[in-house]
Amino acid sequence: MAADNTHSAPANPVDIPWDAVLEWGLALASTGLIVSGAIFVLAGALGVLRMPDFFTRMHAAGMTDTLGAEFILLGLMLQAGFSQMTLKLLLVAFFLFLTSPTATHAIANAALKSGLKPQLGPYKAPELSEIEGKTPSEGAH
Amino acid sequence: MADEFLLKVYVAAAVLMMVGMALLLVRLIAGPALYDRALAVNSFGTKVVLFLCLFSLMNGRQDGVDIAILYALMNFIATVAILKFFRYRGLTGPMTSLPGSSKFDRLREARRQKEAS
Repeated sequence: MAADNTHSAPANPVDIPWDAVLEWGLALASTGLIVSGAIFVLAGALGVLRMPDFFTRMHAAGMTDTLGAEFILLGLMLQAGFSQMTLKLLLVAFFLFLTSPTATHAIANAALKSGLKPQLGPYKAPELSEIEGKTPSEGAH
Repeated sequence: MADEFLLKVYVAAAVLMMVGMALLLVRLIAGPALYDRALAVNSFGTKVVLFLCLFSLMNGRQDGVDIAILYALMNFIATVAILKFFRYRGLTGPMTSLPGSSKFDRLREARRQKEAS
């Protein structure tokens, strides 16, 4: 019977383990999302530290935090599956998506109204002699 | 097998998040203006929320995500409250604009001048 079967219609030459393929596919998809989101968040933090002016710092923080947070939460949602956890992660993503740009806008508006002027024109790095002898809080602006 | 791999990914992302938090702490302490500090606090809160989500999925527990929801909401409210306090030196002022520049303030001032004359 078995010999007859293999003779007329050859069985699967490679038995594909679909469960493992699905598991690894999901794992790789969420890995890509989480790692790219973490890199975005890290780039935002680096921008907040290194940018020369308050408004450029705000740009770095506001843009990258929104995108990076959504990426990371999407990657976690893929791992949580259809469960209560996914609903909660969806809520976190929704709130962050609403509040992060709003808070950034509020900070920018408050800074502009309080008289903080943005640096205009091309950025000119300060000379080393200008930086020396200053405290870090003075030199950073 | 895939779970072990994902655990490493979670740990790596959590470590990257902590590095970002450390960079933001530097800006929080050294920030020249108040608004730099407010921005750093807000961004730090976002990173804490993401770290809590990663941590709770790392341990397979649901409690951390609940705390993350609360933290996301309170972070926004705290930022707006800090900004409002430093603009009006109190938390009960109007939210529309600077005192004296809103339409209602100008109308009130015009009425006061009319009554005085």
